Amino acid sequence: MQPIDQRPTVLRMSNVNKTFNGSVVALNGMSMTVGQGDFISLLGPSGCGKSTALRLISDLMVPTSGKIDWEGGHEVGDLGVVFQEPTLMPWATVAQNVWLPYRLRGKSYASVKDEILEALKLVGLEKFQNSYPRELSGGMKMRVSIARAMVTRPRLILMDEPFAALDEITRFKLNNDLLELKAKINCTVIFVTHSVFESVFLSDRIIVMAARPGRVIQELHVDEGYPRSEEFRTSAEYAAYCRQATDALHEAMGVAA
Amino acid sequence: MSIAENAPVIDSDEVRRQRAKRMEKLGSWSLPVVVMLAALLLWDRIVVWNEIPHYILPGPGRVWDSLVNDWGILWEAGLLTGKITLMALGLAIVGGAGLAILFNQSRMVEMSFYPYAVILQVTPVVSIAPLIFIYVDSKTAGMLLCAWIVAFFPVLSSTTLGLNSVDHNLRDLYRIYGASRWQKLWMLQLPSALPYFLGGLKIAGGLSLIGAVVAELVAGTGGVGAGLAARIQEAGYQLNIARMFAALTLVAAMGVLIFAALSLVSHLLLRKWHESALSRET
Repeated sequence: MQPIDQRPTVLRMSNVNKTFNGSVVALNGMSMTVGQGDFISLLGPSGCGKSTALRLISDLMVPTSGKIDWEGGHEVGDLGVVFQEPTLMPWATVAQNVWLPYRLRGKSYASVKDEILEALKLVGLEKFQNSYPRELSGGMKMRVSIARAMVTRPRLILMDEPFAALDEITRFKLNNDLLELKAKINCTVIFVTHSVFESVFLSDRIIVMAARPGRVIQELHVDEGYPRSEEFRTSAEYAAYCRQATDALHEAMGVAA
Repeated sequence: MSIAENAPVIDSDEVRRQRAKRMEKLGSWSLPVVVMLAALLLWDRIVVWNEIPHYILPGPGRVWDSLVNDWGILWEAGLLTGKITLMALGLAIVGGAGLAILFNQSRMVEMSFYPYAVILQVTPVVSIAPLIFIYVDSKTAGMLLCAWIVAFFPVLSSTTLGLNSVDHNLRDLYRIYGASRWQKLWMLQLPSALPYFLGGLKIAGGLSLIGAVVAELVAGTGGVGAGLAARIQEAGYQLNIARMFAALTLVAAMGVLIFAALSLVSHLLLRKWHESALSRET
């Protein structure tokens, strides 16, 4: 994989500000360049604007000032999203849920059946394609949500604390699976989290943010290639990176206090 | 010792739980039957012991006789009332859900007309009905209009609530994936609204019967033949109390039938995915 600063640019945020009601500053002067194949974690305490950043990138909000540019322009389908909740349609089967991004672009089920099955296979749920969401566990629902986000092979996948509501065992398992997925399809991900360990284990770039006003404090690089295995979690390097990230986070919280 | 030897042990708690479950299942249909039989017996005894004349209060036996002997008249009347009720319910579904979708799609239309839908709903139909029959020549159309006025509102208000109750994240997701207004309506809002719509429909079923009965009472019997409510009124004039009870029984039975049918429809549509249709192991 190419070094971080040599990857082709996917998206560039330049000095983006977002203010609510004219006074609450949610995001202050955020600049960030997303390279192809990056796995970026936005790490910070609540109120640091990490979710706001995702909403701005996904066009659900417009910035008060500053610019967000996609390299070479962008269209619907360049983006996949995973929310904190699985956000599946309860009346639709697993396969129908994964079909959604294609369906909204007018593609029939038959024409994208292979892609859907492939996506479900990647998250290990091909046997459950005809199940309804209520028949699945929390972790499995989240896998469906991930399959839906990546089925169209978007240029960028946004994940907003996707594993925060899961128990730790399931969370670790999904962390591993996400890395495996990352190794297989080399997707570009922006991952919002408030867990230091998760951010170090998953990402190669950690952007530490502080609250009130929400802003970027520091960027750390985790120089550990993909695929990463479970051993990385117990290695000395991992511990050192966690230490570094924790210090940065403390600094962020200290500045905010 | 192998596992198989001590595996199938059912402890006494489990036995008790299973027995309680069986008793509850049995009781759910047998208890209401027992209550009905007891009430009928009491009714019969009161009539006999107090020597109440049948033109004041007939015993259950006489009501049964009336039900059997007057079956031809009552059945025909029941068909008419049933027809009006079902047609009104159909119009309430189309009108209620249609208005809800229209209101949902256009805020302007909603602001303009919603207050009048409420006014139409809160004005008692009994007081509107006489006016309707002055201006509407066709009795069938008049009765339909009466029944529709009572029945459409629950469908309208619950469907409106449903259309607005879409999960926020799903709404965002549809936006991110560039869904058109129609895709959002058809693939997201309507399925989300379905459980709410079905809830409103159950209420509308009972109300359309009430509307049909009220309309008959106001309209009288001329023209289209007499429905059950008109038969009740007519039998009252003739002091044929037994037939009044018989017709009343049919009206009640019709209401129960409509409710049961709508509950079944609701169950069939929701059983695969909606929380309300799930049974949990305890």
